[in-house]
Amino acid sequence: MSKIIGILALQGAYQKHVDSLSRLGIESRLIRKTAELDDCDGLIIPGGESTTMSLLINQSGMYEPLQQFSQSKPVMGVCAGMIMMASSVDDERVTPLRILPFKALRNHYGRQVNSFTADIRLNFTDDEEPLHAHFIRAPGVTDLGAGIEELAQYDHSPIMIGMNKHIALSFHPELTADTRIHQYWLSKFS
Amino acid sequence: MNEKVDTIQDNFAVKVGLAEMLKGGAIMDVTNAEQAKIAEDAGACAVMALERIPADIRRDGGVARMSDPDMIQEIQQTVSIPVMAKCRIGHFAEAQVLQALEVDFIDESEVLTPADEVNHVYKHDFKVPFVCGATNLGEALRRIGEGAAMMRTKGEAGSGNIVEAVRHMRALQDEMKRLTTLGQEQLMAVAKDHGAPYDLVCYVAEHGKLPVPNFSAGGIATPADAALVRQLGAEAVFVGSGIFKSDDPAARATAIVKATTHYDDPDILLQVSRGLQPGMKGLEMSEIPEEERLAVRGW
Repeated sequence: MSKIIGILALQGAYQKHVDSLSRLGIESRLIRKTAELDDCDGLIIPGGESTTMSLLINQSGMYEPLQQFSQSKPVMGVCAGMIMMASSVDDERVTPLRILPFKALRNHYGRQVNSFTADIRLNFTDDEEPLHAHFIRAPGVTDLGAGIEELAQYDHSPIMIGMNKHIALSFHPELTADTRIHQYWLSKFS
Repeated sequence: MNEKVDTIQDNFAVKVGLAEMLKGGAIMDVTNAEQAKIAEDAGACAVMALERIPADIRRDGGVARMSDPDMIQEIQQTVSIPVMAKCRIGHFAEAQVLQALEVDFIDESEVLTPADEVNHVYKHDFKVPFVCGATNLGEALRRIGEGAAMMRTKGEAGSGNIVEAVRHMRALQDEMKRLTTLGQEQLMAVAKDHGAPYDLVCYVAEHGKLPVPNFSAGGIATPADAALVRQLGAEAVFVGSGIFKSDDPAARATAIVKATTHYDDPDILLQVSRGLQPGMKGLEMSEIPEEERLAVRGW
């Protein structure tokens, strides 16, 4: 059966995930209201500004529906999306959805002058080919709860984590043509 | 493995990457930390720190320069969202100062008094990304050729009048659409006519869009203005004088953020357009003498 992936489109790089999924022949739809989640088999929370996204999630009444969605369907969070998936954040301006047990550190890698790219090793595959990862004012993670798997590291710190059918990452796979991260997440769908 | 990569291409990719993250959002002009806080609390995805908003620059006259670094820094310390600041057209030393201050984006802006009537800043030399204004496709591609990581319409800053932003966005979109209908053999002539780099003309002909995000600025004063330019193809909006020249900045800022997200949903647009205090008065274009128009600065 073909899957439909929702992409939260309140603010941020949502269109880039549409492009990544269409390279894989996967249908997606932009989500701006609760009702639009209904037909979706999974959800991507994209990069953007987490303060903006958190406000818009609350104002549009999507906070609880997104939490409920994550209890039965896979979620992938990127950058600001990763922050939204955390159980706590080092900044009270953001109210995370508490989808995975970890603490997010906003702008952990600094301001834009410190944004960078790096070739990283993916722990979840035998594929030796590194992934060229883009870190944009990237967040970090700490206080990983029991059961969380570290799927990739940079500089000895986790930058991609996963548990059950969910994954969260500090960097932006949608900014390149490399679709391995999206494919890995999709492989977790039953 | 697990090593930082540092090439010109990667440097440009992370600059465009930040522009991608700002899409679907509203970037607001602020003149102090208090306004910056209001903007962030309303859901702005970034703020533009400047001493005087365009409407006041227009009123006061004189030479408009880069803002006081201390004022920009106070704003950086107050908000967690990206902080942008403006340098004068061609004033690469102001840009160097802003980079040393670690602002997240530099706007090489026609709102300030131009420092060089011939040359813009060579933006590939910088680690901080630049946004530049354009009134048409050729101008946009020249700026991207110099290294701009984001484009915006010029509109007419400080006018509270959307008409020029609409003119510039329509011109850009029409020209891009036309390029997609042309044969390969016609593209060099297009590059010549537009005064634009040939490789970028070819990119637009193939993809029907700019190789960097394309936002709108200049004259946005209401939620409906934001929705209008979004529907015309702007991927995000800059709001300058429109918010802090209105009678209810916090409510208007919140409404414009929502209108930018739900730009194609008239029911939500109606809801957010209700109950706002009067907006900025604004200027009819015929009230602005040709020599005082900001959009003609730069080329």
